Amino acid sequence: MNGIHDMGGMHGFGRVDREENEPVFHAPWEGRVLGISRACSAQHLFNIDESRHGIERMAPVDYLAASYYERWLDRTVRLLVEKGVITREELDRRMAQLAGGGDPAPPHRDPKLLDRMLRATKERTHFRQPGPPPRFAAGDRVFTRTDAPEGHTRLPRYARGKYGVIDAVHGTFIFPDTNAHGQGEQSHALYSVRFDANDLWGASAEPCSPVHLDLWERYLEPAGAAPGRSTS
Amino acid sequence: MSDTHHDHGHEHGHHHREPESVLSLRVRALESLLVEKKLVASDAVDRIVSAYEEDIGPHNGAKVVARAWLDPAYKQRLLADGTAAIEELGFGGVDLKVVENRSGVHNMVVCTLCSCYPHALIGLPPVWYKSFEYRSRAVREPRVVLREFGLDLPESVEIRIWDSSAELRYLVLPERPAGTEGLSEGELAGLVSRDSMIGVAVARPPAPAAR
Repeated sequence: MNGIHDMGGMHGFGRVDREENEPVFHAPWEGRVLGISRACSAQHLFNIDESRHGIERMAPVDYLAASYYERWLDRTVRLLVEKGVITREELDRRMAQLAGGGDPAPPHRDPKLLDRMLRATKERTHFRQPGPPPRFAAGDRVFTRTDAPEGHTRLPRYARGKYGVIDAVHGTFIFPDTNAHGQGEQSHALYSVRFDANDLWGASAEPCSPVHLDLWERYLEPAGAAPGRSTS
Repeated sequence: MSDTHHDHGHEHGHHHREPESVLSLRVRALESLLVEKKLVASDAVDRIVSAYEEDIGPHNGAKVVARAWLDPAYKQRLLADGTAAIEELGFGGVDLKVVENRSGVHNMVVCTLCSCYPHALIGLPPVWYKSFEYRSRAVREPRVVLREFGLDLPESVEIRIWDSSAELRYLVLPERPAGTEGLSEGELAGLVSRDSMIGVAVARPPAPAAR
């Protein structure tokens, strides 16, 4: 989707502010949000692509006004409500109960869940899955599709309708555009594609600063051998 | 957030020592509900929080970099298959691509769409990495951004930007600083900052006292 999250190349945000000796979390609730979200993943309540798309669907004004972990909280609640795990009314009621003191939830321990969550930080990921052989090879010139899908995609706006060169073939990976929408993993070839800065930014490009994106084959079309860009 | 319906966080007089923010209350309520439904265990959340606060951080990636500086065969394996090479050192949880800085080539990592970052090796990303400023500008004006970080590279140096748009995570292998011959792996790792593995800095030169 052409959402506010798709920020590559935008103007107007100013200097990058840095914080010296930044803490891992700026408030205890941030860590809780991360842990809760990881637990939800380990329980397969939502997948990584649904989770990213959950953040992308925030109203743009809310997205811009929210801190990082506020966006995570918004996403987690949104997905759990959509999947019927909780309701917003239930959450509001629990907030009121807790604000009045005490916690009605009995303690719950789940060593197997903890084990799965810890293993996810150490073991191989599951994103590589078998798929059809790649259509392109390193060195091939490609042209990125201009589609503006309403759903989730990992082809950012700044790299649509652009010429690039296949830098590497990564193998076959779960396709986010379908996996975010309950349409299956549809794993297929993922490539590292190199874009010349001039092809992305024209006259305002900085010298010698190519951008590499990891793009699925369905984002790409063959562009032929010759430059050809003057006629297109 | 568009939450406007609760102001409990500003009430005084109950058992909280200081007013709790609406956000904090909302998160507590969410955790409480999920614990009640036996989907989340609070001790598991505690453990994940402490893992990121204490165990998982840039010291892991620094170890990988220092090993690559010392052992050319390891470096070759790391560049060819980052995922397998970090497993040799006990790290995982990430499909890793390592990109090497060398004379004339500097690498820099960003995630313009969200916040993809090699957690297992450098911890959770700093706020600036997830900021709108960095995400919007790193791909379009990397040289200006790097100068803001104090890194002024000549135009003859190619800057390769890696926008982490899929499930691969990128780690920059910084150049080994001059004057570090004879340093141990631990001493070398001490020169490798988080920022140098994101590519917005270079590795620190050795302190004279380290020799």
